[in-house]
Amino acid sequence: MERHLDENLTELKTNLLNMGAMVQKCISDSIESLKTLDTSKAKEVIECDEKIDKCELKIDEQCLDLLVLKQPVAVDFRFVTMVMKITNDLERIADLAVDISERVLELSGKPHLKPLIDIPKLTVIAQKMLEDALTSFINQDAELAKEVILRDTEANHLRDLIQEELIKDFIVKDSNSVTRAIPLLLIARHLERICDHTTNIAEYIIYMVEAKIVKHRSSEL
Amino acid sequence: MNRKALNNFWDKLFKLLGITSISFGLLVLLALIIDVIIDGYPRITLNFFKSFPSRKPEMAGILSAWVGTIWIMVITALISIPIGIGAGIYLEEYAPKNKFTNFIEINIANLAGVPSVIYGLLGLGFFVRYMNLDRSVLAGGLTLALLVLPVIILSTREALRAIPSSIREASYALGATKWQTIRNQLLPAAIGNILTGIILAMSRAMGETAPLITVGALTYIAFLPQNPVIIKDSFPFMGISFQGLFDPFTVLPIQIYNWVSRPQKGFITDAAAGIMVLLILTLIMNSIAIFLRYQNQKRVRW
Amino acid sequence: MAKNILETQDLKAYFGNKQILKGINLAFLSNTVTAIIGPSGCGKSTFIRSINRINDLIPNFRIEGNIIFNDQDIHDKNVDEVDLRRKVGMVFQRPNPFPKSIYDNIAYGFNIYGIKDKYTIDAAVENSLKKVALWEEVKNNLSQNALTLSGGQQQRLCFARALAIEPEVLLLDEPCSAIDPISTAKIEELIHQLKKNYTIIIVTHNMQQAARVSDYTAFFLLGELIEFGKTDGIFTAPKDKRTEAYITGRFG
Repeated sequence: MERHLDENLTELKTNLLNMGAMVQKCISDSIESLKTLDTSKAKEVIECDEKIDKCELKIDEQCLDLLVLKQPVAVDFRFVTMVMKITNDLERIADLAVDISERVLELSGKPHLKPLIDIPKLTVIAQKMLEDALTSFINQDAELAKEVILRDTEANHLRDLIQEELIKDFIVKDSNSVTRAIPLLLIARHLERICDHTTNIAEYIIYMVEAKIVKHRSSEL
Repeated sequence: MNRKALNNFWDKLFKLLGITSISFGLLVLLALIIDVIIDGYPRITLNFFKSFPSRKPEMAGILSAWVGTIWIMVITALISIPIGIGAGIYLEEYAPKNKFTNFIEINIANLAGVPSVIYGLLGLGFFVRYMNLDRSVLAGGLTLALLVLPVIILSTREALRAIPSSIREASYALGATKWQTIRNQLLPAAIGNILTGIILAMSRAMGETAPLITVGALTYIAFLPQNPVIIKDSFPFMGISFQGLFDPFTVLPIQIYNWVSRPQKGFITDAAAGIMVLLILTLIMNSIAIFLRYQNQKRVRW
Repeated sequence: MAKNILETQDLKAYFGNKQILKGINLAFLSNTVTAIIGPSGCGKSTFIRSINRINDLIPNFRIEGNIIFNDQDIHDKNVDEVDLRRKVGMVFQRPNPFPKSIYDNIAYGFNIYGIKDKYTIDAAVENSLKKVALWEEVKNNLSQNALTLSGGQQQRLCFARALAIEPEVLLLDEPCSAIDPISTAKIEELIHQLKKNYTIIIVTHNMQQAARVSDYTAFFLLGELIEFGKTDGIFTAPKDKRTEAYITGRFG
């Protein structure tokens, strides 16, 4: 049976995916600006955050309206409540992209300590995780979401490597490098945090699809 | 003429037609009543009620007729009301709903439509001849009881059926038995409608002539059935006698019929006065029925 | 202690040749509220009307399987259905007070049981009217005809009437379908409070109501029990696709 509610849900889905695309663009722009140390691009990211914040508010409002007016149950209820939580994490990811851009502004005018290798790798992981999380949202694919969660350990590992290298090879050896090393260190952390939030999103999607709560129970996957 | 005007025209035409039909019925009735009143009014005196019929029109009265009517009505009521209500309750509440019950129901409905003279023949054959009741008050009362029984059964059933099943369910759900439900809920709720039905049936029976003539009611009678209450000289000063049940009788409509068929002018006046009495009695009974129905509607509405 | 006060085992019900219930196995814990939901004609009313044997009054109604109430089959020869109905009270879809006074409506349960003590009945009338929060509204007009009350008040009077004889189980057949939202809210509040002393089974078409008032929910479809479970589970994560389709309105 065609339901009026389906129209609302489709609209909600589209809005969330738009927001997701904006967040993805923020991440890639911020990393791009890091690679080229392009401050104008970094500033673009910071401006974009405002749009994303508005987007989050709009989606949250839609969810609240649906909850109170349509009183969705079962799969619809899980969808609406999880969308609310996903927007929260997406917004946090956008904030992290802004953080990265702010680090880029700090780094501007100074050449990189060394060619960037591991940070782009971590970026690829983070971007792929977010992309897969959004894909699993589109297709309501819990299996893909589970894979996303498992990839978080890889990201953690890579961040540890980057930290170790920056501390051992630069910060300890040469105190002049600290102002350039610390922002990179933070960027690695930011990227890892992006992976964490993406993991959350994947967990919400699993609940949305399978009604199973996997948060804080990732060992059971 | 446009469509609206045409519709208006037809509306008005039918309205006029309706008024004409109603006035025709009412006018005829009114003419009859007025004619009867003009003819009969001078004869409505105390003596008219206190005198037996007589050869002389100015001496004749309706004493034996109205006493007979009361006898017959009381007997009919005493017999038909309990049996009728009982049968109605059984059919509506107890009887299994199967083909046999259905068959009985259809036949009761048919009986209500059987011409009254047929009941008279039945009464003659069964009560008068077979049971040897002769041309008595009892035979007449029993015959009329048969006549009104189907109507009472039907009106009892209708009254019970009009009670929403939710009332029955409410009673049963509280742990009432079938009889408790009937006694405490259904009968009190239905009694107004049942009484209405009974009174209408009785007022119809009061005007019946044919079955009583068939059973053998007399057309000329100069004595009363024996008074059931006997005054005694000694304690307890009163006694009850059922001897009157077996006495011959006449009733108002028969008396009227008898007078109407006489050639003397004076008897026509007597007949008109008798008709007035009968009409007033019927009117009173119908008024009671209407009053009861009104009370019932006021008390019970679902 | 929580125990199964009522249980149906492979319950099948027929009207003539038409099978309405196709083998229902359900158990009801004491002091819980169980909601029965399902589309019209799924047999949910037939089901609860079988529990107090009020369906036995309908010609051609027939039942197979067992209904166990307090460890005894209610169709056992030793069980008097009149007695059963005192222990398993019922409130119907439409308010159905007797066309009598408010007082007599509640006293009826005592009258038919031969209790004549005025003090006992007076106390029960006041008590049960207080339970349903009707006492304050009617205490000065107890001799008033119950039919003059509003629909919501009438339905609460029907609750009071059922409660006065202190049943163990209360069957509610869509009790709020014919009354206004305020009265509905009052009755839902009442159900919540009654849970302390009674086991309640409620049939409802209003899914939000089922979600609000019940601890357990059973979903019926075409005479079968499709899903039974805790209400929060049914409404957030139903296991059966048909349950989900029904409660989300995708049905049919």
